[in-house]
Amino acid sequence: MSEMTSGATLLQPSERRMVLPTNILTGILLGVVGYWAGVQIGNGFGFNDSGNTGVLAGYALGSIMFLVGIGFATYPLARLFGWVTPSQPAYDEHQGVWRYLNLSYDHKVIGIQYLIAMLMAMLFGGIGAMFVRTNLLSPDTPIFPPDKYLTLVSMHSVLMVFVASAAIVGPFGNFFVPLMIGTNRMAFPRLEALSLWLVPPALVIMLLSPVFGGFQTGWTGYTPLSEQAGQGFDSYIVGFTLIAIALVVSGVNMLTTVISMRAPGMTWTRLPIFVWGVFSASILGTFAAPVLAAALSMQALDRTMNTTFFVSSNGGSPYLWENLFWIFGHPEVYIFILPAFGIVMELIPHFARKPLWGYRIAVVGLLGVTLLSWFVWQHHLFVSGIAPALRPFYMLSTEMISIPTGIVFLVAFGTLWRSRISMTVPMLFCLGFLYNFLIGGISGVFLSDVPSDITLHGSYFSMAHFHFTIVGGEIFAIVAAIYYWFPKMTGRMLNATAGKIHFWWMFISFNLAFTPLFAAGILDMPRRVSTYAPSLQGLNDWVTIWAYVLFSSMLFFAGIVIWGWFFNSKLAVADPWHARSIEWQLPTPLPRRNFARIPTFTRPPYDYGEGVPRPLIEPGAESAPALA
Amino acid sequence: MNASERTHTLRLAIAWAVLSVVGVVIAMQVNMPPGDQTQQASDESSLLRLMLILGTPVFVGVVLFVLYSSYAFRQAPGKLEDGPPRRGNLRMQWAWVIATAVIVFALAGIGINGLANSSAATTFASSGGSLGSQTVGTSSSDRLQVQVIAQQWYFTYRYPGYGGAESTHLVLPVNANVELHVTSTDVIHSFWAYQLGVKADANPGVDNITYVTTSKTGSFTVRCAELCGIWHGNMFDTQGQVVSQGDFATWVAALQSSQSDITLPPYAPEYFPSPRVKGS
Repeated sequence: MSEMTSGATLLQPSERRMVLPTNILTGILLGVVGYWAGVQIGNGFGFNDSGNTGVLAGYALGSIMFLVGIGFATYPLARLFGWVTPSQPAYDEHQGVWRYLNLSYDHKVIGIQYLIAMLMAMLFGGIGAMFVRTNLLSPDTPIFPPDKYLTLVSMHSVLMVFVASAAIVGPFGNFFVPLMIGTNRMAFPRLEALSLWLVPPALVIMLLSPVFGGFQTGWTGYTPLSEQAGQGFDSYIVGFTLIAIALVVSGVNMLTTVISMRAPGMTWTRLPIFVWGVFSASILGTFAAPVLAAALSMQALDRTMNTTFFVSSNGGSPYLWENLFWIFGHPEVYIFILPAFGIVMELIPHFARKPLWGYRIAVVGLLGVTLLSWFVWQHHLFVSGIAPALRPFYMLSTEMISIPTGIVFLVAFGTLWRSRISMTVPMLFCLGFLYNFLIGGISGVFLSDVPSDITLHGSYFSMAHFHFTIVGGEIFAIVAAIYYWFPKMTGRMLNATAGKIHFWWMFISFNLAFTPLFAAGILDMPRRVSTYAPSLQGLNDWVTIWAYVLFSSMLFFAGIVIWGWFFNSKLAVADPWHARSIEWQLPTPLPRRNFARIPTFTRPPYDYGEGVPRPLIEPGAESAPALA
Repeated sequence: MNASERTHTLRLAIAWAVLSVVGVVIAMQVNMPPGDQTQQASDESSLLRLMLILGTPVFVGVVLFVLYSSYAFRQAPGKLEDGPPRRGNLRMQWAWVIATAVIVFALAGIGINGLANSSAATTFASSGGSLGSQTVGTSSSDRLQVQVIAQQWYFTYRYPGYGGAESTHLVLPVNANVELHVTSTDVIHSFWAYQLGVKADANPGVDNITYVTTSKTGSFTVRCAELCGIWHGNMFDTQGQVVSQGDFATWVAALQSSQSDITLPPYAPEYFPSPRVKGS
């Protein structure tokens, strides 16, 4: 490594190395020990704080020790003490399936690890949703007591926010951004791995919450309600903080990679639009997530050290939390959707076999959303009493977001016009996205005008609105991306017929489940209630039944993925979609080094119908390890 | 498939126009809540209906375009042809952006106008709330002041103009300008009087002011619209009433006299949760 070239003959590396074998088992073991030690230390300090210090310190130390055990301390410690540094990246330490369970610095391995982590989180969040809907079958005789019900609502929302924040940039951003810009790795592979390995402790900590009584605050965690919550709320603080750190770390890494590691000829106007989507979301992640982490630390201090940032009777203000939370929270929802826009605009040209229509205005649209998303957060607070004089401003800025969002539709339309559409499974999901996001967008306008928002705010209407944008929008885009890129990621195809059945199953059940919720909201049903007006039972039962059908469609999808990945003997060809973008010009499975020689780009992407030969990429020299 | 550009455009435009007209006619029949019990509720109803009407052609246009393209521009079976290599049309992009901008600014204008009207004669800055800077109960205006006190898990209403008399159901006279002072004694709640077209968060230590002008008698429902703990779903009251001026005078006099021999806590513009004494 660099020691050889730095000429530091006086500082020969010591023969010593870390004695601890670093792998996931060590990580789990150290994590448990760290948790126990943290609890002892936290409780030992003796704050009269209902044991919150112990639980918070346990989670924090447990997470840190987990990261140490899995190998994140090896390199810094070796540099610090002059031990022998691992001469090879961790990628080569583990083989086969074991590689995917351990620390790896290969962006392709991390992409797959991220995909699995996100699908697991989505499963847990989905099960939570099923419990919530089951509880709502009856208006007045709920199955769960109200505290358990609200814990389920809160867990569902927080887990799904985790998924929505990272399920595109994590799996597909990490896997494909380096390929698409023509480089062999991300700028900071260790940070890339860190952004992944913060997710498992966050999930475990969230799932531990019910052990400590759960929390009844929803994902917003508003004070003073959160002050009433028990130790279950500490999961929210630490789990969300870990995700916030992951967002910052991944954001910085993505920005640096796209800015500084593009191959020759990969100018800003030749970046695939998916990279632009990830890039704009990374800007938001880098700058918005620190606000969340800071605000959560303030809540933690309020709970343990008796600071009173948010305690109104002691000079603090619940408004402060509302503002800080939404200063993060509104850019956050664009962290969800910008990469989804990227996926849809990336996929449509390949299946319409036409260049992306209006590439530059598409980029303007993405960056326009990025910019405007900083100026809209108080539309969540229209009825809160904060700064009423500013409401016209936030109303205007919120509605202005329709302009760059409308550009995405324009670009999709321009590309579809006079094209040659192959109705493949990914394309079906992209078109489904356009429909669902249209409903989400129009209903968003209803919510953005203050007078209409007064009726709709905090009702099932707003809940239906954001499910249309996140489930109908982002999740549909993620499913499209899985069908589209799965052959490149795993070397296997997913069954197309089953995929088409899955699309109609999911699309119809999603719309039948969520469209009636707009009516529920208009008919006076507030969010997060465990009992409701008996007149709305028919509507709610209908929704619950179709929610079950929607959930079963996702189980069917899981079956398609598992079968395609592990039981399908048919290997995918290098370019099953006949797409012209660079990742499909590389062999499948991908070589360890993406490019034996860094390619030079000479044309903008999506060069369909322009009569130019296929871009030729020389595969890597090394033998390709199978990815599954 | 082989039709010319012009034919495709014409077909789409005609279908869009016809279906939009049908859609708009249907949308105009829809009565959007919250109704017409107050001036604010009527404004909200008509704005919601306007949005439904404006949204219909947009919805029809997008759905129609996607369906038409999926059919008319499909790849011939067994073939893999490329489409025409068009990379954009600046004039059309400008037209689209300007069109969406016009709709957006028009809607925002209507919203801002409605917001200004709903606070009637008040200045813009105080419509919707203030941080406890106004004094309740001493105003000489012709408005009826009512304080809405939220706590886990019910609402209480005090009438500062009537000696601070207190009720568990909200009763308002018809054709009156009402000034609601919404506050909370514990966590954040949200006072949602559905048929009145009123929603205002109840924050501890904050006097959140909102206005309503009643125009019709009838009953209404009050719900909490902000998650406030385990019985949030049970925090509602279906016995709110807008009654005639005479009935209100009778009712409030009876309320006052029934409370003459009990000592209510002193009236205050806002309340705080009891200070936390955790560390001691």
